[in-house]
Amino acid sequence: MLTYIIKRILYAIPILIGVNLITFMLFFMVNTPDDMARIQLGAKQVTPQMIEAWKEQKGYNKPLFINPKATGIDKITDTLFVQESIKLFSFDFGFSDSNRNIGEDIKQRMMPSLAIALPSFIIGIVTNISLALLLVLFRGSILDTSMMIVAVMIMSISSLFYIIAGQIIFSKLWHWVPISGYESGWGAIKFVILPIMIGVFAGIGSSVRWYRSIFLEEINKDYIRTARAKGLSEISVLFKHLLPNGMLPILTGVVVIIPTLFMGSLIMESFFGIPGLGSYTIDAIKAQDFAIVKAMVFLGSVLYIIGLILTDISYTLFDPRVKLG
Amino acid sequence: MQYFIKTLILLLFISNLYGTIWNSPHTDINEKKETLFSSFSLPPKHLDPVVSYSSNEWAIISQIYEPPLQYNYIKLPYELEPLTIKEMPTIIYLDKNKNSVEENSTHLVYSKYILKLRTDIKYQPHPSFIKKYRSLSSKELENISTINDFKKSGTRELKAQDYEYAIKRMAVRQYHSPILDNMQQYILGLKEFSTYISKIKKKTDKLDLRKYNIKGVKAIDDYTLEITIKGKYPQFLYWLTMNFFAPIPWEGDLFYQQSGLIKKNITLNTYPIGTGAYYLAKNNPNQEMILKANPNFHTEYFQGEKLPFIKEVIYSLEKESIPLWNKFLQGYYDASGISSEAFDQAVSISSTGDMGLSDEMRKKGIKMSGSIQPSIFYLAFNMSDKVVGGYSKKAQKLRQAISIAQNEEEYISIFMNGRGIPAQSPIPPGIFGYQKAKEGTNPIIYDWIKGKRVRKPLEVAKKLLAEAGYPNGISKKTGKPLVLYYDTTSSGPDDRALMDWRRKQFEKLGIQLLIRATDYNRFQDKIRKGKAQLFSWGWNADYPDPENFLFLLYGGNAVVNTNGAGINSSNYQNPKFDKLFEEIKTMKNSPKRLEKIKEMIAIAQKDSPWIWGIHPKSLSLYHSWFSNIFPNTMANNTLKYKKIDGKIRIQKIEEWNKPILMPIVIFILFLVLISYPLYRAYQNRQRAIIGEEK
Repeated sequence: MLTYIIKRILYAIPILIGVNLITFMLFFMVNTPDDMARIQLGAKQVTPQMIEAWKEQKGYNKPLFINPKATGIDKITDTLFVQESIKLFSFDFGFSDSNRNIGEDIKQRMMPSLAIALPSFIIGIVTNISLALLLVLFRGSILDTSMMIVAVMIMSISSLFYIIAGQIIFSKLWHWVPISGYESGWGAIKFVILPIMIGVFAGIGSSVRWYRSIFLEEINKDYIRTARAKGLSEISVLFKHLLPNGMLPILTGVVVIIPTLFMGSLIMESFFGIPGLGSYTIDAIKAQDFAIVKAMVFLGSVLYIIGLILTDISYTLFDPRVKLG
Repeated sequence: MQYFIKTLILLLFISNLYGTIWNSPHTDINEKKETLFSSFSLPPKHLDPVVSYSSNEWAIISQIYEPPLQYNYIKLPYELEPLTIKEMPTIIYLDKNKNSVEENSTHLVYSKYILKLRTDIKYQPHPSFIKKYRSLSSKELENISTINDFKKSGTRELKAQDYEYAIKRMAVRQYHSPILDNMQQYILGLKEFSTYISKIKKKTDKLDLRKYNIKGVKAIDDYTLEITIKGKYPQFLYWLTMNFFAPIPWEGDLFYQQSGLIKKNITLNTYPIGTGAYYLAKNNPNQEMILKANPNFHTEYFQGEKLPFIKEVIYSLEKESIPLWNKFLQGYYDASGISSEAFDQAVSISSTGDMGLSDEMRKKGIKMSGSIQPSIFYLAFNMSDKVVGGYSKKAQKLRQAISIAQNEEEYISIFMNGRGIPAQSPIPPGIFGYQKAKEGTNPIIYDWIKGKRVRKPLEVAKKLLAEAGYPNGISKKTGKPLVLYYDTTSSGPDDRALMDWRRKQFEKLGIQLLIRATDYNRFQDKIRKGKAQLFSWGWNADYPDPENFLFLLYGGNAVVNTNGAGINSSNYQNPKFDKLFEEIKTMKNSPKRLEKIKEMIAIAQKDSPWIWGIHPKSLSLYHSWFSNIFPNTMANNTLKYKKIDGKIRIQKIEEWNKPILMPIVIFILFLVLISYPLYRAYQNRQRAIIGEEK
């Protein structure tokens, strides 16, 4: 397995270079360093001298990919792309264009994002799998049909609606939890409980339908019949036999997102005032802060690759027939 | 008996829960009786006073830093008063040999501003005043993650050298002060100093500015500062109210230049050092910023009482307007603006068009304050454009016709909920040169009928358009309809209504308006290069002087003449207007200056380089326990005057936020009721499956 993991990490290097290259090309296709300087310096009284000084200080006065003024290898290395990429691969994210340490900011904002994302993820999986198994137990009944209709309704409505409705009902009308805000430590519980509930509820529709269809494919197989023949209760059959065998396709979609939970949720964090990473990239794109954009795209790609490797590893845990090599 | 005790404990628990507030976003709200709860929607990027120029940043740093002057909080028209100086600056006018001359002398070459500092002003407690912290070892840095992690802090007296140091910092090009290029025109020797010091800064990371001197800025002693200005520039006093001229202690500058602290986001950009009424106790711009009363704040009185009244201010990040509004209604924020979503709930408009609070707001004891902003939002014609630009009679008439057809009153009513007034000239209310009633009416666009301003009928616009060579919007020359292009960054679905409205205003005259939606960068680029034909633009006052608005139309500031750096985006250039501008620029407010301003306005109104647009009105709401609020749109350091009655606040919050427990009871009952049928259904299902398998 170790050889496999090393091989996958080596494969990741050209992928990350490619992602970085595309980020550079797309960003500078839309924004010029002059535009970036104007945004950072404020739009009221920006002179050409100010723009030049800013570009020089931030290194944006260098050519993007090829430096015609340099000689030898410097033609390639003395460029914005190479200089910035080298730092990224050593996980030195440097400073944002507004002079904040990006690594420090990510560290600070990661925990609040996790405070919502991780419980939503775990509670969501447990709830969705339990509900899907319940529907499989009552398959073909009125309960199954009506729950499927409800699931379609839940997934048809925008999550923004649940957020606003949740805030109005639980916070504004019943006064149970704060509308928005955040505190670190245990004080965070009263702030994250509502976003977690809403996150779980909004995800029920699509996940329950998907898991139900996976379990229905398994429910009539021989090993289930054998388990029942042994006299096991239906709950034991569902949780001890059906669930482990149905987990493989679920893992494909679920494990891959575990590392990206750090990245947070844009809408949820904005509405609930959670100081997470959800809006970090979007805000940076709006502010034309390339230093943050490239760092976050790079980090997102790394986390996604880690997610894919974890998915492969998880297969071996649930299905002994799978061997990584 | 046991059952009875259990029930009693349960009842006590529930009643205890019922008595407390569950939904408070603030910890220990009962104890925070002298705390103001406020919010910010955009994290401030710069708290360094030489860089910061945004209103959201100034809302914070103006409470911390103290420039030499401030605006009187309650006096209108705006009046300057000393803040850290004993009296208003003494101004001496000098000739080229530095001999004193009269203010109106033709030999006047320099103006020297002498500022005498108060001797009782001290800095907030700060670690930079402890010598050992100015050269931290990597081991010492390990335990530091915020400014509060330093165990010791010190202070010292404010000195004239600190103001001198701040101006030197402004000169360092690498610090990106937005006013450096502007100030170079005025402060003697600043330009040369800036070139010199910026070269030095390139070579070093740590720069101690005490060793270098600007020719025109000198601390005579610890309490006397002299600033020499080239020529005469009365507006310089207004600049002395701004944070660019706030003092910087050299200790703080050197402390924050340590690379270990920069890596931890501990810089002058994140933790200011001031002498003001407050200091920044916590700075997490992504969550919360806390100001606390500066224990070293000098004596300052307002209406006989010592300032500041509020001891702590907690600013929480609220990106969305709906949660902010709901928290305000629950009493968790002491004041709020009125978003368009909340406008109907907050404001009722009477049959006469007067705005007042809705019954719901009045019942809660909420109060409203409003004022016209010293700003203008206008629609500009590019005067260098072949179709709408130019200074011929025909071009003038075309622009006048279009201006009459643009119904700004309708725009304010539809798109701004009535929060604004139609502009008659570039000068907004409250600024010298603004005229009321008939005298202030733009005669090109309005008639004065029975004491009221009435927009000229569309027929007048059509007649002017015909005289301009476009009868019914058809060009006499080509026989084709007149097509104009409006450049905008508004391209979202929410902007469609506004763009449709714009098109309709032009359609009234038979003119076709084509909307050219573009991204922000391209839009700016077009304006800088003078390639846009029609576009919307705006300006917010830096200081309450007509020069700060009229310079938007001064030919010397035209973007096409200044390589895009000018602020006259419509490229208007009228020699008469320019000559008058150069005269009023350095004049003190007087009837003579007013006459000249009136003349300039009349010239601009006739030329109509802008459709004058609107002056926005800001409305804000505040709770009954929040007082001493006066709408002063120029002053930024107003927090120290405001008062909070924490006892009333907690009473109201408890009254408004009692938790409703009935839904919990209903939910528990529902669970109990449903559990038995579910259990039966499961058993039936189990039996049915076994039956199927058999």
